[in-house]
Amino acid sequence: MKKLDNYGYMFIIPFFLVFITFTIYPILLTFYYSFTSYSGMGEAEFVGLANYTRLLTDSYFYQAFYNTMYIWGINFFFQLGIALLLAILFSDIRLNMKGLGFFRALFYLPNLITIASVALLFGILLGWHHGTINHLLLDLGIISQPINWLNDPTTARWSVGLIGAWMWFGHTFIILMAGISGISKDYFEAALIDGANRWQTLVNVTLPLLKPIMLYVLITSLIGGLQIFDLPMLITDGMGAPQGSLNTMVLYLYNQAFRFDNYGYAAAVAYGLFLITVVFSLITFKTMYRNNVKEG
Amino acid sequence: MKSNTIVKGILYAVLILLVIISFIPFYMMIINATRSNSEILQHGFTMLPGSSLMANYEVLIQYMNLWRGFANSLFVAVMVTVLSSYFSALTAFGFAVYKFKGKNVLFVFMLLLMMVPGQLGLIGFYDLIRTMGLLDTYIPLIIPPIAAPFVVFFLRQYLKTVMHPSLLEAARIDGAGEFRIFHKIGLPMMMPAVATMAIFTFIGSWNNYILPLVVLFSPEKYTLPVMMGALRGSQVAENLGSMYLGIAISVVPIMIAFLFLSKYIISSISAGAVKE
Repeated sequence: MKKLDNYGYMFIIPFFLVFITFTIYPILLTFYYSFTSYSGMGEAEFVGLANYTRLLTDSYFYQAFYNTMYIWGINFFFQLGIALLLAILFSDIRLNMKGLGFFRALFYLPNLITIASVALLFGILLGWHHGTINHLLLDLGIISQPINWLNDPTTARWSVGLIGAWMWFGHTFIILMAGISGISKDYFEAALIDGANRWQTLVNVTLPLLKPIMLYVLITSLIGGLQIFDLPMLITDGMGAPQGSLNTMVLYLYNQAFRFDNYGYAAAVAYGLFLITVVFSLITFKTMYRNNVKEG
Repeated sequence: MKSNTIVKGILYAVLILLVIISFIPFYMMIINATRSNSEILQHGFTMLPGSSLMANYEVLIQYMNLWRGFANSLFVAVMVTVLSSYFSALTAFGFAVYKFKGKNVLFVFMLLLMMVPGQLGLIGFYDLIRTMGLLDTYIPLIIPPIAAPFVVFFLRQYLKTVMHPSLLEAARIDGAGEFRIFHKIGLPMMMPAVATMAIFTFIGSWNNYILPLVVLFSPEKYTLPVMMGALRGSQVAENLGSMYLGIAISVVPIMIAFLFLSKYIISSISAGAVKE
């Protein structure tokens, strides 16, 4: 039998060869470069912690962090809010809403389109003088003057956040529905027999049992949100204008590396981003876990 | 029960409104793709199509060939999906069936790195690809996804529940080699789970923007997202009708494919997200 078990290595070798070469090694190499002033050419000169001290005092990085959280916050609030309302609506056995498959598919569609296309589409729909959205709002009499959506820090951030919510609420809805369908029908029927009203059923049955799924949605959305890049890059000039309000952390990293050839500093930005991701994930886990203990 | 009907009526109206919100940007895009630049500039929003579709198309293809971007993206995504599915199944089989030294350490190590965000190694990855002389090729887009920890994890969990050791014993007694057992028994058994993951892999590869942007330089090699990015800075951007048409070309085939495949896509998202 011993000999047979050595076959295990043969099955996993291709994976680990590729994994070590293209994932582990680049991560370590990036770590090494974060201590150098590497510019993409010539030798990488060792500079100790200089890149990290620069990162700690870099107001652009702090702004990028703030922008990223701002955009993600808007995105997540609307994405989860709409998805949760839809999921509650469709799981209410007393309402018995029809057409779940149809609505789910239509709501999911924006998520499937290449983000680059979505960004480009909204980039021109949100145009100032000739943008279709401004034309529409003017025709409806909602606004009296065209709004320069992408040229004002607040409307630009809200635009990107809401486009993100528009792209993702269908996806979150599907996941929440899957979570609710995993809850045994007995709970809902018991609540019905006990005379619980809709609100009581929701607060005491559906939401607590949905907690693991909500945690999953929160963490995946957070990790994805910290990496927001395509939309801000494509919807503006690639530099995060106006006034740096769309400059996200990954966009900053990308520009430092591939536009300004500051590979060493960009590598430090990558590790800063990584640290933030770890800290946020830990906080999320901890908070959720503590709440669970309290209830138990 | 009357009030319930009214409530439901209102709820359906809200749902229809959400459908409109989901769909109206696409509708505006399709309408504007058929209108000339001056029509869009002067008349603004309308619900009715124009007659400049062919003119817009001619302007567009003078500057870029989006169909080429389509073909490139399709090629990359299919290769990634096939290779990633096959090697993930192979790895999952190795982890699920055999008992070898260091197995648990390797598995946990793989899972830990699953949590690492994709951008962490970007600088090192670019440097490595350049040193290897692989810039401006599809290899850095196609080969690295062979090592997909999440897919391996998912497939291994699946195998644990469906695979019975006696099945393997029987095959061995019949004289089948280990790789033959994998191809004839393991892989077919994993197929439902592989298909689920394949859909994810395909969508992920199709939508990947940052990696092709960093790695590819020749416009004729651009994948669709990179080509869309380039559209913004090109002269086409001055002709809004052609611009809308370019976006529509990149979107409409996906919509049509989704129409036929939505059932499978949605059930795999549910399956991928919620594990018992």
